[in-house]
Amino acid sequence: MIIDINFIGLIIASIMASAVPLILASCGELITERSGVLNLGVEGMMIIGAISGFALMTVTGSLIIAVFGAMLAGVLISTIFAFLTQTLITNHVATGLALTIFGIGISAMIGKNFVGIPGKEFPVLFEGLKDTIPLLGPILFGHSIVFYFAFSLPFITSYFLKKTKIGLIVRAVGDSPESASNQGINVRLVRYACILYGGAMSGLAGAYLSMIYTPQWIENMTGGRGWIALALVVFSTWNPIKILIGAMIFGGLTIIQFHMQAIGVRIPVQFLTALPYIVTIIVLVVISRDSRKIRLSTPSSLGKSFHKDN
Amino acid sequence: MIKIVKRDQPSRAIFFFTPVLAIFLTLVAGGLIFFILGFKPFEALKFFFIVPIADKYGFSELLLKATPLCLIAIGLSFCFKSNNWNIGAEGQLTFGAIVSGGVALLFYEQEGFYILPIVILAGAIGGMLYASIPAILKTYFNTNEILVSLMLVYVSKLILDYLVVGPWSNPEGFNFPETRQFSDSAKLPLLFEGLRIHAGIFLALSAVVISWFVFYKTYLGFQMKVSGFSLKTAKYAGYKGKKMIILVFLISGACAGLAGVGEITGPIGQLHREISPDYGFTAIIVAFLGRLHPVGIIFASLVVAITYLGAETAQIFMQIPKYTGQVFQGMILFFLLASDYLLFFKIKFIGSKK
Repeated sequence: MIIDINFIGLIIASIMASAVPLILASCGELITERSGVLNLGVEGMMIIGAISGFALMTVTGSLIIAVFGAMLAGVLISTIFAFLTQTLITNHVATGLALTIFGIGISAMIGKNFVGIPGKEFPVLFEGLKDTIPLLGPILFGHSIVFYFAFSLPFITSYFLKKTKIGLIVRAVGDSPESASNQGINVRLVRYACILYGGAMSGLAGAYLSMIYTPQWIENMTGGRGWIALALVVFSTWNPIKILIGAMIFGGLTIIQFHMQAIGVRIPVQFLTALPYIVTIIVLVVISRDSRKIRLSTPSSLGKSFHKDN
Repeated sequence: MIKIVKRDQPSRAIFFFTPVLAIFLTLVAGGLIFFILGFKPFEALKFFFIVPIADKYGFSELLLKATPLCLIAIGLSFCFKSNNWNIGAEGQLTFGAIVSGGVALLFYEQEGFYILPIVILAGAIGGMLYASIPAILKTYFNTNEILVSLMLVYVSKLILDYLVVGPWSNPEGFNFPETRQFSDSAKLPLLFEGLRIHAGIFLALSAVVISWFVFYKTYLGFQMKVSGFSLKTAKYAGYKGKKMIILVFLISGACAGLAGVGEITGPIGQLHREISPDYGFTAIIVAFLGRLHPVGIIFASLVVAITYLGAETAQIFMQIPKYTGQVFQGMILFFLLASDYLLFFKIKFIGSKK
């Protein structure tokens, strides 16, 4: 059997496409966590982004407004989380859960009028170059701008954290809010910013799902991707480059599951669907087993509230 | 001028007052949302919170929905008190239902007084088994219990789906995704003619009594409280941390499993795809709203159960989407967490003049 080399390219490209929302949301959450805040509301922010993007696209007809609107929606909903955890000093875990429950409810409420409406075509870049290079052509070319942004984001994030002053401040706030505060850094402000940034990226991840990946609105369409994104941050040991690897593994699991169904592998479909969740657990176990390594790479103040008495 | 002052000690009166405040604020915000959606706020709130429980049937439905919420929340309070974040009760409920449903199907077309206790026990064991996964991974592999317990929710729902579509589906069921109906001996008895409220409520009430006793009258409860406040102190006092983690997860899993049994052997009477409208997640809110206190949880489960009924009623009478229920649930938790600020801080009005 001769396998068309371009077909392999297409499969890799589809794996990358399904990794995009995970990369976006994980990189956003990574910055939030690096500043010491654990936001478990990723799933909620993502679904809000998905419905906002789709609704704005349908109503305004403008893709640009829709994409930025989805990010803004993510920012707005994460503001609730930021206000509660930073200003009112609430528990991060409980507040994040509330955000997810609230987000799923609100999205379904808004989305009621958008069920069954077909999406719009999202423009792709370098379409013409697809056939110029075998194998690499379909991998490199013919994707949306969000796709390219997502695959550069881990590198940008890594550069930001390691090489820029603001990145250093974020890490300082996450590792030792007390010393950062003594240095005159406004811990609360930095954390606010990091939470809102995480919200924007989750919103974008959601918009990618509802506007580009599967252009339509389905209730609960994020289907646990927000939680997998959270797991990916642990998997990466808070290193953005490793998020790329993790997201590709999970993207691969999703795509392989489709292909196995297509070629008629006799495994019940439910087991294939469960695979990403089971693999997430196994990967978490493998990564976390070395508790010393985890302790070294986890932002020291992760999930702990910080309050400065004035 | 308003000044915010830190309290010397968290206020105990406010500790039990803030849940009431949170409910009130949720109603105000809910009214506002209804107004934005173009409904008359007071009418909508009436349909949401009063109409559903205005008659005997409605009240029975309220207790029916509150039963699993209360049961699961009691279990979760063991976990939350000792700082273990089990958020996968929905999965433990589902797996408990699967195991007990499987046992009930074994006794298909058989009658006998012994069947129901076995079925109930099977559900509790199923829930415990499922909860033991995040517990063991947390204690021996240092794995984050939040993510593991949550991932297992998705897995349990897929297992259930596989079973009711495939091997356990009713052979005479025209390929509907459901099992056979359980025999009468495997069903919880109904309490009143014509109402759906069933004996499962006694399971919930006994869980309340037992948990109250454990929390406030035993050394174990004391240990849990200490570990919740400070793990360091608990370790210093020589408490066995690992055993405690596994124990609270098992208790919580058993409660969730029993809630699953209550659903399938009560109102449903068989296994199918949707055995729980996210009771396991909503119960997290119930546990917090009830302040992790057994009696508080009873009241909280009743309040939150209304959001389920209200969502259904409002959908039928006003075409308000049923997800409004979830929005209300999220808001209750938001407002509760926010008003906890008053526990630690006082707002002082200085120099106010007319």
